[in-house]
Amino acid sequence: MVSKEDVAHIATIADIGVDESELELFTSQFNTILDYFDVLDSVPVGGDAAPLRSNVFRNDEVVPSLPHDDVLMNATDPEDGFIRAPRVI
Amino acid sequence: MGSQYSFDHPDPHNAFITICHEAEYGEGPLSGIPVAVKDNISTAGIETTCGSNILKGYIPPYDAHVITLLRSAGAAIVGKTNMDEFGMGTTTETSAFGPTLNPADTTRAPGGSSGGSAAAVASGMVHMALGTDTGGSIRCPASFCGIVGLKPTYGRVSRYGLIAYANSMEQIGPLAGNVRDCALLYSVIAGHDPRDGTSLDLPAPAPLKPEIAGKRIGVPAEFFGEGVDPTVASVVQSGIDRLEGLGAEIISCSMPSMQYALAAYYVTSMSEASSNLGRYDGVRFGMAPDFVRLWHDAYSHIRKTGFGEEVRRRILLGSFALSAGYKGKYYAKAQAARQMVRNDFARLFETVDMLAGPTMPCVALPLGETSNPLSMYLADILTVPANLAGVPALSVPCGTAHTLPVGLQLIGKHGAEDEILSAALAFEEGSA
Amino acid sequence: MTVIIGLEIHCQLNTKTKLFCGCSTDYRDDGPNTHVCPICLGLPGTLPVTNKQAVLYALKVAKALHCEVPAFSEFARKNYFYPDLPKAFQITQYDKPLAVGGYIEIEAESGGEKRVQLTRIHMEEDPGRLVHKGSGDRGRYTLVDYNRSGVPLIEIVTEPELSSPKEARRFLNKLRATLEYLGIYDPEREGSLRVDANISIKGYERVEVKNITSYKGVEKALTFEITRQKGMIRRNAPIVRETRHYQEARGVTTSARSKEEEHDYRYFPEPDLAPLEVSSWVPEIVLPELPDARRDRFMQQYGISQNHARTLTGDLKLAEFFEEVASDMPEIAAPWTADILLGELNYRDMPVTKVPVPHYIALLLEVKKGSVTDTSAVEILRLILNQVIEEEKPEMPGEIIVRLGLSKEGGDSIVDTVASVLKEHEAAVADHRAGKAGAINFLVGQVMKATRGRADPKEIAKIITDLLKD
Ligand SMILES: [Zn+2]
Repeated sequence: MVSKEDVAHIATIADIGVDESELELFTSQFNTILDYFDVLDSVPVGGDAAPLRSNVFRNDEVVPSLPHDDVLMNATDPEDGFIRAPRVI
Repeated sequence: MGSQYSFDHPDPHNAFITICHEAEYGEGPLSGIPVAVKDNISTAGIETTCGSNILKGYIPPYDAHVITLLRSAGAAIVGKTNMDEFGMGTTTETSAFGPTLNPADTTRAPGGSSGGSAAAVASGMVHMALGTDTGGSIRCPASFCGIVGLKPTYGRVSRYGLIAYANSMEQIGPLAGNVRDCALLYSVIAGHDPRDGTSLDLPAPAPLKPEIAGKRIGVPAEFFGEGVDPTVASVVQSGIDRLEGLGAEIISCSMPSMQYALAAYYVTSMSEASSNLGRYDGVRFGMAPDFVRLWHDAYSHIRKTGFGEEVRRRILLGSFALSAGYKGKYYAKAQAARQMVRNDFARLFETVDMLAGPTMPCVALPLGETSNPLSMYLADILTVPANLAGVPALSVPCGTAHTLPVGLQLIGKHGAEDEILSAALAFEEGSA
Repeated sequence: MTVIIGLEIHCQLNTKTKLFCGCSTDYRDDGPNTHVCPICLGLPGTLPVTNKQAVLYALKVAKALHCEVPAFSEFARKNYFYPDLPKAFQITQYDKPLAVGGYIEIEAESGGEKRVQLTRIHMEEDPGRLVHKGSGDRGRYTLVDYNRSGVPLIEIVTEPELSSPKEARRFLNKLRATLEYLGIYDPEREGSLRVDANISIKGYERVEVKNITSYKGVEKALTFEITRQKGMIRRNAPIVRETRHYQEARGVTTSARSKEEEHDYRYFPEPDLAPLEVSSWVPEIVLPELPDARRDRFMQQYGISQNHARTLTGDLKLAEFFEEVASDMPEIAAPWTADILLGELNYRDMPVTKVPVPHYIALLLEVKKGSVTDTSAVEILRLILNQVIEEEKPEMPGEIIVRLGLSKEGGDSIVDTVASVLKEHEAAVADHRAGKAGAINFLVGQVMKATRGRADPKEIAKIITDLLKD
């Protein structure tokens, strides 16, 4: 069982806003879905999925970067070539 | 280079998010053929939204690898098709651009998440389209709209430029009105791409010819298990009888890992999605955030307003499945279950050439019917095993139930697209 | 109170391109966001492909530091939100790192060698760079430059085995030298080596200090933090387990806000990257001569002291410089380079590569011939270094000696000078005769003053003693 508080905590970690009204709905849906996922409890442990292959590399060769205008094309209000982001301090 | 294709169809089923009325095309095997592309495949200079508000206005500065291949094959890319937001749905109703209607019955959903591509083909707007299939998103709408859809082997088609939902399972694939067109489009997009580290280097697809006589076709009992509409089951059973009539050998078998497949699929896809969708914060592309807020606050707000409910639900569940204290119970167990599914396929393919069964447990659902998320998830039960194992699978029309299309699913060995396409062609043409 | 320190060192590998895309890493002279592509910008639909050279470089470090390379390792996603992280996850390594164990030997506080054990080495991508603008609560905003985004890093994690800031500095000096010898990192690039430290006083909680951007800041940051923790203990104030940021400009550590610490990184294997199975590559990797081996060779080949050898091999460029100048006169070149030149360079914040080799060799030859005093030679050296800094063409020592008349005074003239100094300072002479220690030093000093340093103090003392014998 997950509680409303659990869902609110996950919403914080995932940076997803959730309204108080939605919290109730999400919590009950999550419990239904997570109940279904409990079928996995009976899966024996240790059967980690084996990788299909390994060691895929590229050589250390320079590929032209994006034209500067294309870098900024989808950003909002770039400034002096920088991309604008919300404040962190 | 430089011929123009004028694409001037009405779009009564809301199959497209973006229509390119004048599409350039060139020489090649698809010269002058209009092709629709699902809106989660990046197209340089053409808005690519994934059916989401959060990407409205996003113009990719680069082409997906499949788009480069389509262009060099001469295709005219006539538009970007509607889809469940970020591929998360089985009906195309979670799109921010409104639902797509099923051309077979416009009161019903076309299936999803590649519902726009399927509807564009089924309505005759285009002969072929690209979709993507993470847990059935090509085969489900193909089945519900009465067309052909192929999910290739994982790694067969480059994912470079495909906007990720669940990286370890999804593939780009063709939808078309018939097997030959489906195979033609597949032959253009299949191939190795060094920009996709999971891309396979396999021989080019073989020329298509109908071939089914002598093939050993396994039918796992679980494919006709609980939850499969009996009418659908009997239509598919008679389809399998037709395969036998064409000379195939039908072998009953069992796939015990099916009991875990759906949970393993959803836990894995939600976990990967929760990480893949972290980048939608409005900073580099898409909806602009409120720069005055602190970053967590700004991100939480934009991701609340920009993502629809189903996407937020899956991000939250996926974050939960990976979170401290729960990762062992959910994510790790799902990976173990996934290995069991792979092992089951490997075991079965020692004795059979392919597996057959219904693509979907039901027919197309009325629009607006699915309000309970889990019941929507359960509809994917028959398509997700192929994604978990990375093997190719297709849906080919098999008749109707309740007057609606039913699809037959053929699942092949790793890399054996040619084999299931040949079988599907024989089935479609009624000749071995 | 026993101090326990563990370090996490991030080192940028000097590959030509980034870890997962083909963008050039040579961005420092260019404007923001000029070395980015859809991949390192985290645009939707992009996929990473691993740079083989970065893996080879990381393995080279692993081998040089005696690590074990497991048969299987993999990249993982570390999920968190910050504007410098374009994908909202960092591709790093989690429970299956490239290399585990290993050690570095350093000079112990007590003398002798101390082996510092390593926990692991893993690979990861660097985030972008933030610039903070504006002021006031509503006026502040952030600008992002993604040029650094995706530059390959290795993170080297030590066991908590260092016991003082001085040991930490020695460890870092040794590590830095080793990385430089391996040719896998560019010490000239700003921010190419960054350090986080875990510090605790035995019996108390551990504090993580982040943001030590220059390895030179480490000793200061650690000293501050240890003093702070000891002060807390003395005042019976609790030490809380927390992350603190080092403020380079003020030399202090400050507590990070608790919100920032609320992390659940939700690691899982990166589905877009195949795992690494590279342990079989290790035996093929050829290592260059490393600092310890070079130190031992210097002692043997040049017959110089362990201390000089250690200093001279502690920096690749310095070691190479020494070998260029040492050939015929290592006994002069070693102390001059390790004790005098290095000090002059540090004072000027000047790299050894800027020292004009022919001039320096010529200077050492003058010293060897005895044609100038040590004091004059230092004066000449300073002059040459200053000329280099001023971007003037440096003069050869011979020219400077002639121009400034620095040729060492000797023979009769020096005896004359001593004699006249003795005449001027009869009181001191009397003191000396009376057996007063120190008087001779005063007299030598006076002679040095009179010759403006061009005489050898030992020789003067001998002359004074000789003259006063009569
Ligand atoms: Zn790049």
